[in-house]
Amino acid sequence: MTLLSLRDLSVSLHGRAVLRDVTLEIGAGEFVGLIGPNGAGKTTLMRAALGLIPAIGESNLAQLLQGARARRAAWMPQAREIAWPVSVEDVVMLGRMPHRDRGRRPTAQDRARVDEAIAWMGLEEMRHRGATRLSGGEQARVLIARALAQEAPLLMADEPIAGLDPAHQIMTMQTFAGLAAHGRSVLVSLHDLGIAARHCTRIVMLDEGRLVADGPPAEVLTPERLAHVFGITAWYRQTADGPVYQPLEVIR
Amino acid sequence: MSDFVRSSERIRRIIARAILAGAVIIGAAARAEAPARVVSINLCTDQLAMLIAGEGQLLSVSHIARDRRVSAMADLAAGLDVNYGRAEEIYMLRPDLVLAQEYSPRATLAMLRRLGIPVVTLPDAATFGDVRANMAEMGRLLGREDAAAALIAEYDARLAALRDEAAERPRAVLYQASGYTSGGDTLAGRILIAAGFANAAAAADYGTGAKIPLEVLAMLAPDLVLTSEPYPGASRSEEMLRHPVVAALREGRRAAMTDHDWICGTPFVLRAVEHLAATRAAMTGTSE
Amino acid sequence: MIRVMIPLALAVLALFAASLLTGPAGIGVRDGLAALVAGDGGPLTLIMREIRLPRAILALMIGGSLGLAGAAMQGYLRNPLAEPGLIGVSGSAALGAVLALQTGLAASFALGLPLMALAGALIGVMLVMLLAGPRGASLTLILAGIAVSALAGALVSLVLNLSPNPFAASEMMFWMMGSLADRSMLHVWLAAPLMALGAGLLLTLGRGLDALTLGEDAAEAMGVPLSRLRLQLVIGTACVVGAGTAVAGAIGFVGLVVPHILRPLVGARPSRLLWASTLGGAAMLLAADIAVRLILPERDLKLGVVTALVGAPLFLHLILKLRKERI
Repeated sequence: MTLLSLRDLSVSLHGRAVLRDVTLEIGAGEFVGLIGPNGAGKTTLMRAALGLIPAIGESNLAQLLQGARARRAAWMPQAREIAWPVSVEDVVMLGRMPHRDRGRRPTAQDRARVDEAIAWMGLEEMRHRGATRLSGGEQARVLIARALAQEAPLLMADEPIAGLDPAHQIMTMQTFAGLAAHGRSVLVSLHDLGIAARHCTRIVMLDEGRLVADGPPAEVLTPERLAHVFGITAWYRQTADGPVYQPLEVIR
Repeated sequence: MSDFVRSSERIRRIIARAILAGAVIIGAAARAEAPARVVSINLCTDQLAMLIAGEGQLLSVSHIARDRRVSAMADLAAGLDVNYGRAEEIYMLRPDLVLAQEYSPRATLAMLRRLGIPVVTLPDAATFGDVRANMAEMGRLLGREDAAAALIAEYDARLAALRDEAAERPRAVLYQASGYTSGGDTLAGRILIAAGFANAAAAADYGTGAKIPLEVLAMLAPDLVLTSEPYPGASRSEEMLRHPVVAALREGRRAAMTDHDWICGTPFVLRAVEHLAATRAAMTGTSE
Repeated sequence: MIRVMIPLALAVLALFAASLLTGPAGIGVRDGLAALVAGDGGPLTLIMREIRLPRAILALMIGGSLGLAGAAMQGYLRNPLAEPGLIGVSGSAALGAVLALQTGLAASFALGLPLMALAGALIGVMLVMLLAGPRGASLTLILAGIAVSALAGALVSLVLNLSPNPFAASEMMFWMMGSLADRSMLHVWLAAPLMALGAGLLLTLGRGLDALTLGEDAAEAMGVPLSRLRLQLVIGTACVVGAGTAVAGAIGFVGLVVPHILRPLVGARPSRLLWASTLGGAAMLLAADIAVRLILPERDLKLGVVTALVGAPLFLHLILKLRKERI
């Protein structure tokens, strides 16, 4: 089953092409890492795919009505915004909005999904605390839990692990991998190539708005592409503990 | 230096003369020559001056004197130049006497005096006697004692005719913009009494310059509510004169308005008393 | 939620009754209520039905709509400083109302007054939102509000000074500070339709405002139609603020104080805050209107004076708090 299908998707901002002719399909059970240098168009690709910004080309999600789309894809913007000191539980419950009718109280199913998401992200102890009073990393986990509670087949997240400590980075990536193992798919943009190589089942590389590579980590993260796209060298080994990937030097 | 001394000496002399003229010392003004270029900057002195001044003596009156709602002599004022009470324009008229009222803007009066122009202020009239005194004073100031005396004689005669004690006094309230009322010690309050009414607001301890709340007005339930004629354009102050409570108090009763005759201490106050007395006669069914 | 709403509703009821029983005529509780209900045509009935009842109803309606508008604008802009009075929406509405009165439109067409005030409020709220941007950062929001307020205030003053009515010029204070003195049922009927429409538009924003807690992008991706929400907010705010200002002048700070006090009590949820602030606003304005009659019974002390005395210190406190957090 195809969860995301983009064909020749292009976006221009202020007369400048930010995304050019991207064609991409994501099926069930995939954990896709979206990588590329700053300004390569990662955020633009995801927002255009969701129909949040005008784009040329086709996106199966952008064609849907807002309510239907919200049940098909969950979205975590990079800006971790929680405007009011609402409780953690209430923030996570917002994820159930696409499934709830206007003015209806949460059902037992809504509560169960919220409990699951809170447990998944290890937030039980702070579920009644005000979300704005948590640390940045805790807020990031709350927002991930919110996206999980949305229970959409596809989860798209813009740099979800930026600013997290190593343990929570790994926990978060494992959570996403767990979702993929259960048949849902995840598309995350990230800058840590090592983490991407280790956890993602597939890597999509963008450069100057174009999709330049798409495939398993070992195939995409070749020394040539790294040199050309990122301007760096790296050390890569398949070890007994899984793939290990370490960027080394800047090529100039 | 000597110029300065001379001019400040002159100013002092002029101010002294103005003060003397303002005081009730008949000799001082009578000895001086009658002023030939008189400017009035207050509605009330405007009207007194128009009544008493000789041909061509009055150069200019305030622009308000042309407003029919407040001026009893708007037609006459239409034939005169008007001023807006600003020191500069008045100075340019080169007057030898400026007439003002005791509450005229102090800064303007002080400026005119500094410019060497004689300024006289007349007191506000609160009684029928004050009106009479102001007429006499205006006659003296303008050197027109005879004209003033004739006016006063007529005034006295009409006033005497009105002084009949009313047996039955309907209760009336003066209810002006923003709910201001007039007590017994004002000219408007005295017009009310002279016309044979009782002042219900004064009886309820609402004196001069007090606002009478709508609720209190309703509780007083007077026989007559006297309001002023509204200005064009809208204002909240006058909107409340049309409040349902005021309308209910008026329903089925005689309507009466205070008009230009009520505002200044001029002989026209007697006309106001006569009109209001006629209203009372119609209300009580008695003839005068 | 219930724990907050029931005490608020009881407070509103009590204050409404207290408002009906406050006034210079000194009417007893039993006499007053009997006159109000039975109606013998005497002065007591006149006072209760034509003076005190419209006054209490207007305080209820206008206070409620100011509280609601404050909560809705704060929810949308995600900024606790957004308040119709402070950001110039009330001032613009006053300009519309003054124009309607002085051009004679209000006299020739009954709804001309509230509709012109609505138009003024609409321009004000759109200007502020345009200037402050969608996120409503505190500094730009307050600067935009100062600019719009100053312009509207100057124009109100100009129109009043150009009026042929000499009393109009002295009524700047009413338009800028607000008062419910000597209003009648006519004013209730003038304000009610637009206010009901606006309240309907604002009270249904709850779901979208809740989602906006997580930002515009996240809200839109959760299925919230943002452009429709914005339109609903702008028109709803203009309706309630315009209708209220048209009959009672610009009353500030209600929309600031009430949501701020009630936010912690409703778990900071914008949707719950809408309802709570409606009741809270009604309670605050009823209380303020009772206060102005008790403090200076003989004079028309302006409502805005009382609300500002409560609201301005809180406003300063909020600015200090926000400076620490994010400005």
